[in-house]
Amino acid sequence: MFKKKECVAMLLAGGQGSRLYALTEFTAKPAVSFGSKYRIIDFPLSNCINSNIDTVGVLTQYQPLQLNEYIGNGQPWDLDRTFGGVTVLPPYQGKNGADWYKGTANAIYQNLKYIERYDPEYVLILSGDHIYKMDYAKMLQFHKKTGAACTISVLNVPIEEASRFGILSSDENNKIFKFEEKPPKPQSTKASMGIYIFNKDVLFKYLIEDENTEGSSNDFGKNIIPTMLQRGEPMYAYEFDGYWKDVGTIKSLWEANMDLLGKNPEFDIDDDNWRFRSRNVAAAPQFIGENAVVENSIITEGCVINGTVINSVLSANVTVEEGAVVKDSVIMQGTTVKKNASVLYSIIDEEAIVGEGAVVGNDKEKAKEVTVLGMGAVLPAGTKIDEGKILSAEDVKGGNK
Amino acid sequence: MATAAGLIFSNIHDRNVPELTGKRSMASVPFGGRYRLVDFALSNMVNANITKVGIITHYNYQSLVDHLGTGKDWDLARSTGGLKILPPQITTFDNAGTKTVFSSRLDALMNAYNFVSKSTEEYIVLSDCDIVCNIDLKDVIKFHVDNGADITLVTKNVYMTKENAKNCTIVESDDNGRVTNLVDNPASMEGMLDVCLNIFVLRREYLNRIIIDTLSRGYKSFTKDIIAANKDNMKFMKYEYAGYFATINTLDGYFKSSMDLLSAEVRDCVFGVKSRPVYTKVKNSAPAKYMEGASVKNSLIADGCVIEGVVENSILFRGVHVGKGTVIKNCIIMQDSTVGKDVNLNCVIADKNVVIKDGRNLSGHETHPFSLAKGPVI
Repeated sequence: MFKKKECVAMLLAGGQGSRLYALTEFTAKPAVSFGSKYRIIDFPLSNCINSNIDTVGVLTQYQPLQLNEYIGNGQPWDLDRTFGGVTVLPPYQGKNGADWYKGTANAIYQNLKYIERYDPEYVLILSGDHIYKMDYAKMLQFHKKTGAACTISVLNVPIEEASRFGILSSDENNKIFKFEEKPPKPQSTKASMGIYIFNKDVLFKYLIEDENTEGSSNDFGKNIIPTMLQRGEPMYAYEFDGYWKDVGTIKSLWEANMDLLGKNPEFDIDDDNWRFRSRNVAAAPQFIGENAVVENSIITEGCVINGTVINSVLSANVTVEEGAVVKDSVIMQGTTVKKNASVLYSIIDEEAIVGEGAVVGNDKEKAKEVTVLGMGAVLPAGTKIDEGKILSAEDVKGGNK
Repeated sequence: MATAAGLIFSNIHDRNVPELTGKRSMASVPFGGRYRLVDFALSNMVNANITKVGIITHYNYQSLVDHLGTGKDWDLARSTGGLKILPPQITTFDNAGTKTVFSSRLDALMNAYNFVSKSTEEYIVLSDCDIVCNIDLKDVIKFHVDNGADITLVTKNVYMTKENAKNCTIVESDDNGRVTNLVDNPASMEGMLDVCLNIFVLRREYLNRIIIDTLSRGYKSFTKDIIAANKDNMKFMKYEYAGYFATINTLDGYFKSSMDLLSAEVRDCVFGVKSRPVYTKVKNSAPAKYMEGASVKNSLIADGCVIEGVVENSILFRGVHVGKGTVIKNCIIMQDSTVGKDVNLNCVIADKNVVIKDGRNLSGHETHPFSLAKGPVI
């Protein structure tokens, strides 16, 4: 070992994202497209490099092909380093057998050797399904100042939503005295964002102990954090007041995309001092045709728009043909919306084709739910997909409407 | 496939468009919303598996170096080969014969002597930067080898007026495609002519000899001393390129070629070839944002643009802001320029970082676009 790192980040990217249904059929949730140019994992990765953390282990498990290819050698995030950089850490086979990652804590446990290589003082635990802009360096500073064994980043949420999160209570010095995972009657509005900084030695101790505990679900929220609290380890809440969104559901994914629109967006990704990086597709600039109407939307390279696009987010190489209407929708990379087709209040995954005159979803004002088409779905001309349907390419092929 | 290295001339026709090359090389002239001219030459090479490319620079190459970086965006950041910038060799003591930096193609090649002599590739592809095209160089190299040519010149058969031909090199050949003559800047040629695209393929050893001969015999002109003088004893062949090409040799020509990109056929030909994408520096700008009330028609828009006004028949580079009530027609607005509110622009070429304040009216004419240099506040 010729150098050490102060802080190593471990990014949990193995989740299946089952609540995104068709969108995660062939891809891990962190690799799902977001915000025109990005994939979800671009946000934690960009935050890392912008916070001067250059050693990131990405724990993958579910459908890793697209994610692995996307991360590659980490070059788009300047994480191609001679020492450190990004390393993809899939489950592996060892002398005493092979294990899938059983829980978040177990995933880190299985990679303690990776962390050890860099001999860090601190370990930052991140998850691959949140959209936010955060300077981890500030959180680390806070962690050092309070002398905590563990710092948990928290966000104030409305009390009626609090029972969806891990809720913690802290005193006036932000010292945590209570933690409850998804409490039915929340006592506080401080929700854990799933971002932790641990002193390495403390983390190692509790992970090893947890691994040897019968019946543990090997989860940070359910096991590690409560145990540490119970033992009286100094744990602090780091209050974050910026934009943060868990995009674990169809609805929240749609909303988070819409949060990027407008003159004063909820979440401003156009920040020269905090650039989000992504793997580039090497496509021509977007072309907006003679009869096109484009309003309140974000669009990126390779798109060719000859129809109408309103209140929508379009990823690279999307084609919207003449007479087609895309409204209140998210359309991912490489998808074509053919002539006179309509896509309303929908999310359409990559490389799909919406046939001529087809209608997907319904006006946002009338529809109750977002309509979803999965990766590679080919919709024949004139087809109508009812609002709220979530269809994979297979479903469409089988005529299951 | 035969191995080849590439050599790109970054400055060769700079003085043709002084408006754009005042503070940069021809290679770094912005083009097509997110590119610099060098991207086309470089991408053509990279897409033909050429992984070693020397870029001969002359002057004003800061912007070029900044654009190219390590070459990683073209996949040319390599421990073996990769991108090599070849700046002029001027020393305090050793410039007796050449008091100035080079002025011709042959002079420029002197610069690349070490690159050429120390390479191990069998062939070298030479390319200028003032040509926009997407060409399959693999095929050109194959043609060169199959025909046993000494030099292959890429040409395009196209109708030329006297005025256009004046800025080009015209290739004359016999029925077999063997080059019989090269005419630089002809005064009175017109009609269907074979224009030289200034892309050449030759054996590395032959290029090495040309460089040594040039040094020892004081040759001045590639056209006269190399091509014309040897046309009978060497085999010079033309390779006819069929796709779209544009030569950037006047400001009007730059304007016109840029506007060509608004045609779907041209875009398909330049950007639409799946196996041959055009690479450029990645900037990580946010996606382009269209606001409520924006109206954009027949325009090429790059990422990072924020549009609140009307944009028609125009090209906006990365990071251009267009304010409310503003109407931009037939314009080329380069990187990070800001156009305020209620501005009217017609046939304007605005270079990088131009700020146009609220309420201004600026207009040129299609044949004489009004050009704004880099950086002013209007």
